[in-house]
Amino acid sequence: MQLIRCPWCGSREEAEFHYGGQAHVSYPENPAELSDAEWARYVFFRDNPRGPFAERWVHSAGCRRWFNAIRDTGTHDLLAVYRIGDPRPEVAT
Amino acid sequence: MSRLATGGHIDRNTELAFTFDDKAYLGYAGDTLASALLANGVRQVATSIKYGRPRGIMSAGVEDANALVQIEAPFPEPMLTATTIELYDGLVARGLQGRGRLADAPDPARYDAMHAHCDLLVIGAGPSGLVCALTAARAGARVVLVDDQSEAGGSLLGSRDGLDDWVSSVITELNSLEDVRILQRTTVFGYYDDGFVLALERRTDHLGAAAQAHLARQRIWRIRSKQVIVATGAHERPVVFADSDRPGVMLAGAARTYLNRYGVLAGRKIVVFTTNDSAYEAAVELGDAGTDVTVVDARTEISQRWAAECASRGITVRAGHVVTGTSGSDRVTTAHVAPYLDGEPGARQGISCDLLLVSGGWNPTVHLYSQARGRLRYEASLGAFVPESAVTGVRVAGAAAGLFTLAGCLASGATATADVLGELGLPSTPLELPSVEAEQKPAPGLVLWAVPDKREDTEPCHQFVDLQRDSTVADILRAVGAGLTGVEHVKRYTTIGTAHDQGKTSGMIACGIMAEALSTHERHVDIASLGTTTFRPPYTSVPFAALAGRDRGEIFDPVRVTAIQPWHVAHGALFENVGQWKRPWYYPQRDPSGSVEDIESAVLRECKATRESVGMMDGSTLGKINVQGVDAGEFLDRLYTNLISSLKPGFIRYGVMCGMDGMIIDDGTVARVSDTEFVLTTTTGNAAMILDWMEEFAQTEWPELRVSLTSVTEQWVTIPLVGPRSRDVLASVAPDLDVSNEAFGFMTWRDARVAGIQARICRISFSGELAYEINVSAWDGLTVWEALFDAGQPYGITVYGTETMHVLRAEKGYPIIGQDTDGTVTPHDLGMSWVVSKKKLDFVGKRSFSRSENQRSDRKHLVGLLPVDKTVLLAEGSQLLATTDVSVSPVPMLGHVTSSYRSVALDSTFALALVRSGRERIGETLQAWHDGGLVAVTVTDPVLYDKEGARRDG
Repeated sequence: MQLIRCPWCGSREEAEFHYGGQAHVSYPENPAELSDAEWARYVFFRDNPRGPFAERWVHSAGCRRWFNAIRDTGTHDLLAVYRIGDPRPEVAT
Repeated sequence: MSRLATGGHIDRNTELAFTFDDKAYLGYAGDTLASALLANGVRQVATSIKYGRPRGIMSAGVEDANALVQIEAPFPEPMLTATTIELYDGLVARGLQGRGRLADAPDPARYDAMHAHCDLLVIGAGPSGLVCALTAARAGARVVLVDDQSEAGGSLLGSRDGLDDWVSSVITELNSLEDVRILQRTTVFGYYDDGFVLALERRTDHLGAAAQAHLARQRIWRIRSKQVIVATGAHERPVVFADSDRPGVMLAGAARTYLNRYGVLAGRKIVVFTTNDSAYEAAVELGDAGTDVTVVDARTEISQRWAAECASRGITVRAGHVVTGTSGSDRVTTAHVAPYLDGEPGARQGISCDLLLVSGGWNPTVHLYSQARGRLRYEASLGAFVPESAVTGVRVAGAAAGLFTLAGCLASGATATADVLGELGLPSTPLELPSVEAEQKPAPGLVLWAVPDKREDTEPCHQFVDLQRDSTVADILRAVGAGLTGVEHVKRYTTIGTAHDQGKTSGMIACGIMAEALSTHERHVDIASLGTTTFRPPYTSVPFAALAGRDRGEIFDPVRVTAIQPWHVAHGALFENVGQWKRPWYYPQRDPSGSVEDIESAVLRECKATRESVGMMDGSTLGKINVQGVDAGEFLDRLYTNLISSLKPGFIRYGVMCGMDGMIIDDGTVARVSDTEFVLTTTTGNAAMILDWMEEFAQTEWPELRVSLTSVTEQWVTIPLVGPRSRDVLASVAPDLDVSNEAFGFMTWRDARVAGIQARICRISFSGELAYEINVSAWDGLTVWEALFDAGQPYGITVYGTETMHVLRAEKGYPIIGQDTDGTVTPHDLGMSWVVSKKKLDFVGKRSFSRSENQRSDRKHLVGLLPVDKTVLLAEGSQLLATTDVSVSPVPMLGHVTSSYRSVALDSTFALALVRSGRERIGETLQAWHDGGLVAVTVTDPVLYDKEGARRDG
């Protein structure tokens, strides 16, 4: 049972959290102007790297707050957690 | 009897009576079932799973692949190893052939779980673990010490190292320290990240019928520790030779344990077959106990120390010899011994014996370290994988780290603890270690996996590797011959290592034999490159009952009920599960003769009464979310497909939410309470999901909007009062409220007193009838419900359940999200383009509506279906075809039935369906695949009843 450090509550067990997919995927400025392919890329496509990956989590059984984390997808190590709106931190890899 | 008069950790003053295979025996307190059976001369314990061969006791611990038994009384329990069952009075057990039988009676015992947090978790209370625990505890660390045996000591319990007093003193001191918890009879069975382990404590199993019923029989410990030291020892491994599975063939270390811990001689005429020095201790100790011992050592050069020890006792040592096979019927009577030169056995000669001890070396118990993602290194001198280095928070000490001298184990415990205390920032004072004999460097062991079988009359299928699975050297060779080159593949092909013991004695040997089989003259395949199979939890079998703990039966999953539940039960409602909610399904009536309505007649009755007069139901489970904030209207505009912000306080609007992909995720009503407050409803089963969905957008996408969301589902009781006489009923209990259509129009709400209780009444309808939804505080729910029921009596008010609600809404073509939709359906597909705003620049899902895929004319539309034969009730899910020719597959499918009911109002069965280009097919006759044949159905508009909406205002 991995520990995840909620930026608001501190370390809690992973069962208290839900995963929210890739972070920093901005809603398009003007969806109406996008082609079908561009819109589909926003709706359906996400990165799937091996290594550090910025992603969203929500402390659903705790403070119910969303936050961002950088997780190494090869090891599941959480390299950093940061609040929504904060810039993506540099992590040593 | 094979029991010695003195010695061991058993209590000869406490006799225990037990039954095995229907024979009565006596043992002593402190025995295991295995030691008691050996003491009574029982050799065959079980039968092998595939070939039905007799099998005995091969070990003294969890690694036993053979001695499987079924406990029949006092608690029926399938498939345990005799070597791990502590003997108790009244035990009734039976040997098994590979498979256990589940008890046919419920388990009356309790099981529970506990959490523990500590600075250091020490796994294993052998010499290394005891040093670790005491050193850390003295330094002030919070320590948990877990050990799977009934008493501490580990390997010391089976040896003559003379440290019993030291073990006692350590345990006494640990027990005196406040922050130390010692868990005996507890097996750590899995490591799960960040210092979290699960352990199984057997609390009362060893007490038999004397166990107190109020105590949990077994307990799962969930231990979170900053640091972990794995001091789990090592498992001895055998050497494979022909017929090595016969009862009376045993690991050498196990025989030492039976002798020293249980005072049992496992045999009197003993052959010890070894490849290393460790088995000499067994030979010498058994010789001292008065048995006749011959040592067969595969090595040509043996250590001088052991040669001298054996010579002084008259023990013959045959260096450079191996055991090639055995004879005997249900137990070994002869060991076949042959010279071993250049990897080939020579001419064999029989040595008669009643016990054949084997040692092929020791495998460190690296399971937990490996589960913690520790890397293993093949140590060729040991023929075993050892931990390469510490991983974060996990260290390995003692034999588990590949150290096989007592002095080395004690020292490695001290080193590991010093490192741990350094990381914890605690002062480290080295423990004064007990003085032990400075052991001479052992002679190098020989790594020998299997003795080649040269006899022409014997198939290699008698060379067993995994005794529980009856898997042999021949099986491995067949796997390799079939082209398998990976250990995981060979494991699955041969099933070696897949039994209850998970290959503790067989896995390493299988790797070794495989490496040799894969090696050719051109290419040497070494074991290091093959690696091991993955060590997955659990380390030993864990009963499901223990994992379930208290979470079984009624408290397996929370049950949610509304405030009106007692009334429903009292009035004979049958319930359906909607998520965790119990919802009244229908209310079967009992006629004067006592016969009870079936669902069909009950629902027809409930529907008829509601459409013709008045009905009421419990709608409290509907999800309700309170949305507040100055930007609440803007926020809802972005989530709903239609415009919400234009709604005035006092009014209600139906709304639909879609995902980014434009597919409907939920629908419901939105009531505006004030400029800055709305209450919206969701589908019962979707309430939590929709709240999460809205919360996600509020926090992550539009944090600039000032809005807050609160679930109020359980705060309100909601009672739809439905039917042409609902106005009369409401008027009689809400005298202050002007219920006229002019004063209280459709899709508006009013606050008023109902039966004297403050209520919010919404004029919304899920049936097409004049209807009021009365919302009151959950505390007052039952009072108002009963008042409405009483007030409705003059009109024959009928209480109805979810089934009638479904029929009434389907007659009106109202879809249920999740039943008539499946995540691939847009509002347009439902024929609800009117709910999609054309004014709003954007909202969630809008851009997806114009994707070419969502503009296709052949998308599936929601339509109604009327079977040509009005009595046929289509099965929900039935496929719809355009043809009657089903001879050529695949038959082109047009869609499927999503809802299907009998309708008293239509005097027919009917259905809703998703049909390709459905709206263009209205009037067509299609075929439904139903009950193994075709049924003709006519496609209709989804609204089948009161299409003009004449009934809405009463």
